[in-house]
Amino acid sequence: MAAVSFLQVQDVTHTYFSLKEKTAALENVSIEVEKGEFVSFLGPSGCGKTTLLSIIAGIVSPTEGRVLVEGRTPDGKDRHIGYMLQQDYLFPWKTIEENVLIGLHISKKLGPETKETALGLLKKFGLYEVEKKYPKELSGGMRQRAALARTLAVDPDILLLDEPFSALDYQTKLNLEDLVFNTLKTYQKTAVLVTHDIGEAIAMSDRILLFSKQPGTIHKTFAVPEPIRKLTPFEARQEPEFQPLFQNIWKELNDLEQQTTETKS
Amino acid sequence: MTLNNKQPKPKVDFLHEAFLKEQQAEKRRVRFFQIAIFIVFFSLWETASRLAWIDPLIFSSPSAVWALFLEKMGDGSLPGHIGVTVFETILGFLAGTLLGTFLAALLWWFPRLSKILDPYLVVLNAMPKVALGPILIVAIGPSLTSIIAMGAIISVIITTIVVYTSFQEIDENYLKVMKTFGATKREIFKEVILPASIPTIISTLKVNVGLSWVGVIVGEFLVSAQGLGYMIIYGFQVFNFNLVMLSLLIIAVFATLMYQGVELLERKWMKGRV
Repeated sequence: MAAVSFLQVQDVTHTYFSLKEKTAALENVSIEVEKGEFVSFLGPSGCGKTTLLSIIAGIVSPTEGRVLVEGRTPDGKDRHIGYMLQQDYLFPWKTIEENVLIGLHISKKLGPETKETALGLLKKFGLYEVEKKYPKELSGGMRQRAALARTLAVDPDILLLDEPFSALDYQTKLNLEDLVFNTLKTYQKTAVLVTHDIGEAIAMSDRILLFSKQPGTIHKTFAVPEPIRKLTPFEARQEPEFQPLFQNIWKELNDLEQQTTETKS
Repeated sequence: MTLNNKQPKPKVDFLHEAFLKEQQAEKRRVRFFQIAIFIVFFSLWETASRLAWIDPLIFSSPSAVWALFLEKMGDGSLPGHIGVTVFETILGFLAGTLLGTFLAALLWWFPRLSKILDPYLVVLNAMPKVALGPILIVAIGPSLTSIIAMGAIISVIITTIVVYTSFQEIDENYLKVMKTFGATKREIFKEVILPASIPTIISTLKVNVGLSWVGVIVGEFLVSAQGLGYMIIYGFQVFNFNLVMLSLLIIAVFATLMYQGVELLERKWMKGRV
């Protein structure tokens, strides 16, 4: 078998149309992600990161270009994609159990075995006896962990993380980063993280793609050094190589912001 | 919140007791005035009528209404009238709410339909529905059905508009979650759109209870066969205002009971959500 990347984004260009104008969100974006790899999209707001994630998820079809997962277009019921949003978006009218099982229910894979595995995830994430509770009864961190269980319950091959830690307090955020990181490594999942937090991107990923904005293009790619990649996000922040990379990306990001303001004025 | 620290805090407990006592006292004061208003209103009414401050022929009096109540209960005619009206109101109210929600679902399902129908909904909503009464009675016949139709038609359009608006206001991200699982439109409606709108649907239920009473009473005015609305119009025609007052009081009681029933339902459905 030819060495085809697990996830391929090929020449994706996306434009939003409205009555008044056309807004170029993405231009000629090509990315290859290997199986088990963790890639972060970093960039200023409005650089089309979330749009790209929606395109990869198959929710939005790009104006041009295509996305392939294992060489196929990810469409229909058998898409193996998990998506996590800024907030948990657990359905408030469903119990935690119903929330976690909804994906299996929709994809008609709900059986005694899958149900047990899915509910087992809750315990793995430190959520005990919450099955019959409603999301309102849980704290923000607990809810986001339940949302992670809901996403992983359908056993997705790729996890798309759209700033899932941005709405949490710092301590909860660090804990959850470690949890997600370890879970992904255990199950060898491929992941794409959208974030504007440089530290988070370095601590969690193998590779960081820096996006410039309007239209969003890949400005630069940073490979995260081996020692950091091996550590959990929390430990990675103590690693000597962490700070230099942080400074480097910080500078690039600032330059990018300046460029956009200059072209505007 | 109870303050349950390791070491007992007598002062805090004492303050807590005082707080609870004050709450109780406040509750009693409110209840006292509520009952007082009730008693004062009815005794003032009775006195004013007896001393002819107001015309007893027009404004009746509590004792006369009570006597009539006992008489009508005795000959068994009153329970029949009450039963008919309550039955019509409940059916009209259910039909209006269900049909309205169904129409809202239709508009959600076919966005183009909602765009096309928008001006018509505005017109229908602005129009006073009771004005359709005579046409309904001619079309359906002067029967129970046309009265129920009145009870329903008065609430159906406003229900459609309010529920459809709530369908549209649901956070796009909930739909995104469902789409990433590959959910169909039908599944999205069943699992997200409808349950997310339950609070709105319940609040329309509350409004619809009142509206359906209006529709049914007007319907009974027009059909004039039986029911509390018929009692009012009959009392008016034969100048028996004891009868009119009796009907009004009974309507007040049953409308309140139905409203309380909806609130009970609300508490049951909303359990755990808030």
